[in-house]
Amino acid sequence: MKKKKFNFTFSADNGLVDRRCFLKSGFGVGAGMMVAGANASEGKYRDDWMRKPGSGMGESGPSIHESHIKRSNVASQPGTLGSGASRTPLQFLDGIITPSRLHFERHHSGIPDINPQSHRLFIHGLVDRSLSFSMNDLQRYQHVSRIQFLECSGNSGAMIAPNAPQRDVSQIHGLVSCSEWGGIPLNILLDEAGIKPEGKWIVASGADAAVMSRSVPLEKIMDDAIIATHQNGEPIRPSNGYPMRLFLPGWEGNACVKWLKTIKVTSGPSMTKDETSKYSDLRDDGIAELFTFPMGVKSIITSPSPGLDLLERGIYQISGIAWSGSGKIKQVELSADGGKTWAKAELDSHVLSKSLTRFRSAWKWNGTQSSLMSRAIDDQGNIQPNREHWLKGRAINTFYHYNAIQSWSVNSKGKINNVYL
Amino acid sequence: MFIYKLKYILIFFILSILPIKIVIADGEFTTQKPSLGKIVSIKEINAVDFVVMPDGDGLPIGSGSVESGKELFTMHCQACHGLDGVNGINGDLSGGHGTINGPVPKKTVGSYWPYATILFDYIRRAMPYQSPGILSNDEIYALSAYILYINNIIDEKEVITQKTIVDVEMPNSQNFIWAYPKKD
Ligand code: HEC
Repeated sequence: MKKKKFNFTFSADNGLVDRRCFLKSGFGVGAGMMVAGANASEGKYRDDWMRKPGSGMGESGPSIHESHIKRSNVASQPGTLGSGASRTPLQFLDGIITPSRLHFERHHSGIPDINPQSHRLFIHGLVDRSLSFSMNDLQRYQHVSRIQFLECSGNSGAMIAPNAPQRDVSQIHGLVSCSEWGGIPLNILLDEAGIKPEGKWIVASGADAAVMSRSVPLEKIMDDAIIATHQNGEPIRPSNGYPMRLFLPGWEGNACVKWLKTIKVTSGPSMTKDETSKYSDLRDDGIAELFTFPMGVKSIITSPSPGLDLLERGIYQISGIAWSGSGKIKQVELSADGGKTWAKAELDSHVLSKSLTRFRSAWKWNGTQSSLMSRAIDDQGNIQPNREHWLKGRAINTFYHYNAIQSWSVNSKGKINNVYL
Repeated sequence: MFIYKLKYILIFFILSILPIKIVIADGEFTTQKPSLGKIVSIKEINAVDFVVMPDGDGLPIGSGSVESGKELFTMHCQACHGLDGVNGINGDLSGGHGTINGPVPKKTVGSYWPYATILFDYIRRAMPYQSPGILSNDEIYALSAYILYINNIIDEKEVITQKTIVDVEMPNSQNFIWAYPKKD
């Protein structure tokens, strides 16, 4: 079969293909034809699995051929099992939804096994009435559901190392996931309790063994916080806070307290261990910033990426995710020449506020050393910084809220490495 | 006769308000909240409320000495946090003083934490790791005293109470600012 010839137009240097090429030309080369062989009946070919009925219905997991797609780097503090993190295998996923079983984890004293029959949510403190709610009570309130990302503020922290860590996307950036979160707007429950005028913050505590706690400004709580009971359509999983968690769209994951049990309305923050000792951002002048809640605008090329090496020269899809804790992704720009020239990536149709957004482009790899980068801009005008700019002003081992541009270098053999540019 | 008339008046009355009722019911459909929260007694709230504020709000009455704290630390904490709170398998609880604005900051209770109240709050919530909840309030004050002592923040003879823990001057307390609310 003769291969069709195309004349590409490029949107930036080193092979970033103008998307209009594809629209016009009906791109694609016909797959090699299957030859009807010994297993043919009347000249028609059947794969092995087409020659007898498949298995029955009921519970089913992912294909056994995809068993490598699992949470990676499960690591806990020495001597503990549940004081650590596991990561989302972003480089093997597409679209914007993270399957619940692959949602990253970050716990401080393991995953509690909570009986929903006896679990109660308490709202107390500077309120007119201290109230408790059972799960049955809560199911009667009008719910909302939204597709939004959740990111640990320690995500990508490995990138502060002086030499670029040679790990894959999941290991470096896998503490971000995106789900459809369903639950009850928290302002409805707080209105029911009646907030006293002195009430300005809340302190949320979980029903885990660490009684994990964070202080959150009431302004955020009344704006768009929810008590999440559902994740991707099913009851939230134990590793994500079953039977309910606090969900603060766009804000650092640690503040979205899992296994939520109490909400105390207070006049100010409680200064819990996790908002002072941890999750505070130390500057190089010795001043530490508390309450750096929103996650910055960020993007990562998930494919090609380390471990997904290029086997031959030719056309590849560049695919990745972009998000911002402040709003919607407005634009993602791609460079294949280490940031010298940039072209706009295409965004998938779901461009939602405080959600992952999938971006794509076609790229023609000509077999030479290339550097792939993506840069996101949100609708509030925030632009993803480069690494040098991000590091500026921060103390040497401060790693929270890392959102700098990621560069992957492709060598002439198609092997992909993490590089600092 | 009177009853007969009343019946008509009633029917007329019901008919006259019917359309309005539907409108009200419609409004209720979208705006009425179920209001299912049950009033909880102060006693019940106290049992689930772990919150300690930096001004001491939420701290129970109690006291503990450095000396008794040292004993408790050996028993409950040393296995993970090490002798005198350093070089254990889990995080150091002392040291790093003066490093926070230097080239290699080392964050510990003593070098970094802004308030001593966090010690009581966090130990009561979460420690010892494998069996949180086993310590009495006096024991938590004693452990707080000991951890402050190994950081050279209080001296050997001091006793920590719900009052004195608020007044402890943490070495790094002046070096925190709030990023929220955002100043433009
Ligand atoms: C089984 C090991 C273990 C034991 C025993 C233990 N801890 Fe811990 N401790 C940990 C772990 C793990 C963490 C970190 C928890 C997290 O991930 O949030 C921690 C964190 C802490 C912290 C916070 C340190 C910081 O700088 O943020 C303090 C304070 C602390 N422990 C005090 C104690 C005290 C007091 C005891 C004894 C009553 C104790 N621990 C017993 C494992 C232990």
